[in-house]
Amino acid sequence: MDYSVLLQQMLGGIQLTVSIFLLTILFALPLGLVLSFGRMSKLKIVNIPVKFYLLIMRGTPLMLQLMFIFFGMPFLGIKFDRFLACIIAFSLNYAAYFAEIFRGGIESVQTGQYEAAKVLGFSKSQTFFRIVLPQVIKRIIPPMGNEFITLVKDTSLALTISIVELMNVTKAFANSSVSVVPYIFAALFYLVMNGVVTLLFSALEKKLSYYK
Amino acid sequence: MKMLTAKNIQKSFGKLEVLKDINLDVNEGDVLAIIGPSGSGKSTLLRCIMQLDTIDSGEIEICGNTLVCNNEHGKAVYADKKSCVKIGLHLGLVFQNFNLFPHFSVLRNITEASVTVLGTPKEEAEKTALELLDKMGLKDRANAYPYQLSGGQQQRVSIARALALKPDLLLFDEPTSALDPELTGEILKVIRSLAAEKMTMVVVTHEMAFAQNVADRVIFMDDGVIVESGTPDQVFGNTQNDRTKSFLARFNGND
Repeated sequence: MDYSVLLQQMLGGIQLTVSIFLLTILFALPLGLVLSFGRMSKLKIVNIPVKFYLLIMRGTPLMLQLMFIFFGMPFLGIKFDRFLACIIAFSLNYAAYFAEIFRGGIESVQTGQYEAAKVLGFSKSQTFFRIVLPQVIKRIIPPMGNEFITLVKDTSLALTISIVELMNVTKAFANSSVSVVPYIFAALFYLVMNGVVTLLFSALEKKLSYYK
Repeated sequence: MKMLTAKNIQKSFGKLEVLKDINLDVNEGDVLAIIGPSGSGKSTLLRCIMQLDTIDSGEIEICGNTLVCNNEHGKAVYADKKSCVKIGLHLGLVFQNFNLFPHFSVLRNITEASVTVLGTPKEEAEKTALELLDKMGLKDRANAYPYQLSGGQQQRVSIARALALKPDLLLFDEPTSALDPELTGEILKVIRSLAAEKMTMVVVTHEMAFAQNVADRVIFMDDGVIVESGTPDQVFGNTQNDRTKSFLARFNGND
């Protein structure tokens, strides 16, 4: 087996895997925050559709959602580029999980914090960004860490729409070279990447441990 | 000068009427104590004045500005949002549970509103904050975080935080109720020294001795109405009112 070719191809796959991971985080975090507001809204016209969205996104497989967007939507006349379809599916799906994590964090901030901010004249957005959100971030670190780690592994689902990410390369290489090495290599990569994610979350948790 | 005028305040939570036709005046330099059993509506009254709750009907005027008044149908109508915020800045509130911002240092708890809301330069806000902390006997704790402080210290920081915005009227919602008994003294001492500086204050309290010694005027509330209002001597010394009598008797019995 030619290890230099294996390494080269795997690096290409890793690049895509990391891209899917980072872009999903980039889009799903803000979308999740917006969804959490929708979920907490007192207006039924807002919170019922959001609840329905969360049910669909969390209640059906991500693999199905990927295939629906890439293979299914064209039947409805909407066609996406392969990679774009992948990012859309991942972002929409992960935003649903993030939304509930944000909601848990936001609802755990005591009403006294909002009242103190109001009495001191803070506007609603100042209250949210200066008083509430920093406390929310500290509280949601553990569940967010879980989601990020799951996302690293879920990127492998992109192979169902033939994106040449790490798992796809691995599978092809293992088949053609009749070897177990590509699997071990891929496993090590996912482990290392999640090790890095874990370290980053520990560092953030430590950084925010200056208060209780 | 009248700092606060409340007329015919009515407020219900669902079917429960918690404030029934409350009338109240606070003049500059007054220290008003509001006493009464739990559920009598005294905290709700304070919250309504602070715009943390809305009234159903009546009129509230703060430092000559109308916050809310009745329309022709007798329903409360508030001033526009901007005016409400502006009027609210005449007032400061000290909470029972302090409600300090846990992620800010003591200093930043005090400066944050003055910098972001009033646009005070940071250095100036910090100078004011340090002076206030000095006055509260906490100058050396400026860089501590709230969790590192005792309840009494936290409450003193929250008083400094309220004072930093230079309110014309400072309200206290049972400022010692969340504290261990041995810590209530330090808070009462601070309020007493503010009274000596002629700070206008309204204090909802269960500390009868404090109400008796520091307040110029005492209001006894029960079941959503002001049962009695007068000087401490009148209310504590020789009340003619049966409800006040039985409340004070219960209190003395508990002591």
